Amino acid sequence: MKYGAIALGAAVLATMSGGASAQNLVKVDGSSTVFPITEAMAEEFQIEYRGKYRVTVGVSGSGGGFKKFCRGEVDVTNASRPIRPSEVEQCRENGIEFMELPVALDALAVVINPKNDWVDYLTVDELKKMWEPDAQRKINNWSQIREGFPDKSLDLFGAGADSGTYDYFTQAIVGKEHASRGDYTASEDDNVLVMGVANTLGGLGFFGFAYLSENTDKLKPVPIKYKDADPVLPSIETAKNATYQPLSRPLFVYVSKTAADNREVVQKFVDYFLDPELAPELVSEVGYVPLPAEAYDLARKAFDDRVTGTVFENGSQIGISIEDLLRSERSR
Amino acid sequence: MKSYSQIVQGNKRTDATFVAAGLVLLLIAMLTLLALIFDLASQGIPRLSWDFLTNFPSRRAARAGILSSWVGTSLVMIVTAALAIPLGVAAGVYLEEYAPKNWVTDVIEINVTNLAGVPSIIYGLLALGLFVYGLNMGQTVLVAGMVLALLILPIVIVATREGIRSLPQSMREGSYALGADQWQTVSRHILPSARPAILTGAIVGLSRAIGETAPVITIGALTFIAFLPPSPVQDTIPFINFDWLESPFSLLPIQMFNWISRPQASFHVNAAAAGLVLLSMTLLMNSVAIYIRYRLRKVL
Repeated sequence: MKYGAIALGAAVLATMSGGASAQNLVKVDGSSTVFPITEAMAEEFQIEYRGKYRVTVGVSGSGGGFKKFCRGEVDVTNASRPIRPSEVEQCRENGIEFMELPVALDALAVVINPKNDWVDYLTVDELKKMWEPDAQRKINNWSQIREGFPDKSLDLFGAGADSGTYDYFTQAIVGKEHASRGDYTASEDDNVLVMGVANTLGGLGFFGFAYLSENTDKLKPVPIKYKDADPVLPSIETAKNATYQPLSRPLFVYVSKTAADNREVVQKFVDYFLDPELAPELVSEVGYVPLPAEAYDLARKAFDDRVTGTVFENGSQIGISIEDLLRSERSR
Repeated sequence: MKSYSQIVQGNKRTDATFVAAGLVLLLIAMLTLLALIFDLASQGIPRLSWDFLTNFPSRRAARAGILSSWVGTSLVMIVTAALAIPLGVAAGVYLEEYAPKNWVTDVIEINVTNLAGVPSIIYGLLALGLFVYGLNMGQTVLVAGMVLALLILPIVIVATREGIRSLPQSMREGSYALGADQWQTVSRHILPSARPAILTGAIVGLSRAIGETAPVITIGALTFIAFLPPSPVQDTIPFINFDWLESPFSLLPIQMFNWISRPQASFHVNAAAAGLVLLSMTLLMNSVAIYIRYRLRKVL
């Protein structure tokens, strides 16, 4: 026991090396949703460049990440929603130019309790009826949603209002970012939402696909009917081929142009996200949907040409495939 | 008219009821705690291993470890203790032994007591505004230690004062009678006698600080960091350096929160194991304090 402690101390002191130089350090912050992807990239990156380059990743949420990014405190920020016009303005004021890179896709799954036998699918309008601000204290029973649904109480579970997931969901379903009823059970920890829906017969919740795929025994996904298309279940395929609409969303990293131009370490690190071999493998390993192959090429070109700014000047765009997004980026 | 024996019996019954009620309440509290620890241990113990302590975080739960976070936690606690204990004890001694009884002292006293109840996130915001942005100190081990020291300072001050106040006045008078001045009285008699109480206060404070997440997240503690701060010892003169104070860091509670909010159950096991390590670090601190206190009692 005593020798174990001494050995541990010695091992730690040996691993503690000389000072870390800022030149060889990439600072990343931002969304907790994107964190597992960046963690995987950073892990591989540090294994390849052991002792030469270093990465730190913080989690302050998409919004918190943009705040730090536009103040120039970090080189890269993770985001589960596109940058907002107000944040673009913030960056511009501080002279921060940035490249916007999609790094993965995620299907926002709408889930219900497995014992719920009355929901075969839900339309976007029905979801809107549940979640819009006007529903507050008025819509609380399944029978209000569709003719024929039973008289069962409707309990909603969703991401907290600070998260990019919430922003995307409200944009896609309610039609306005950051607008929803306030009387639902909100948590930043999606496992709490999983437990909530799993224990409530009339429960309905939304969260990233990984939380559904890890809990298929406790939850039932709802097929979503968008416009005139047939209802579609969330899955890797339907997210990738853009048929799961409007709830498949791109995940992003934003890279500071100054940092990428001036510091080799930032350039090298971003290469990992764009590597058509490595990136899809790491992205699927942590439970997200890789971009289609063509998207990696388009993103690579956009990054190499230093195409700055965002294609989302008017907020999230719903129902567009990632390739089309990247093409519109190229055409600017 | 009740007889004496009836009154005595009645009182005995009241006593017995009170003891039983107290025991039941104590058991409820203990059982809840034990159930929590048992749950944590049954999940976490199989995951504990040498690798778990010496690996950096990883996307693969089975390969992930807590090296950067437990080292971060230890270093931050060293800074916190080094700042909070001397400052807190000095402030407590001043307030109890030197401060004149006037309204300034009253204001300070009320403030100190109130500060103990301020939510920790407020300290985080203060540190973010003052240390990180105002003084431009960055998001470092030093700043984290400073904010946690601020957080537990009231606890240490109050404990010191309570300890000093419980000493008999005759001790001071005896010291003065032998010709000692005030500083000699404080340093040779008051402080050594109050040491057990002060130690208890310091440990209660540090145990609170080690589990804090909100203020350190506010000042920018990291979630993924796969390198350690620079070593405090070096092979050239002067053999020690303080570069580690300037290093970015992660902490055990932050690593735990990240793991517990992941979708994969295997990460939840990691969180339980990290929780056990955090618990044992707290326990270790406590036992060191108890040991020191025991030794001091023997000396006195």
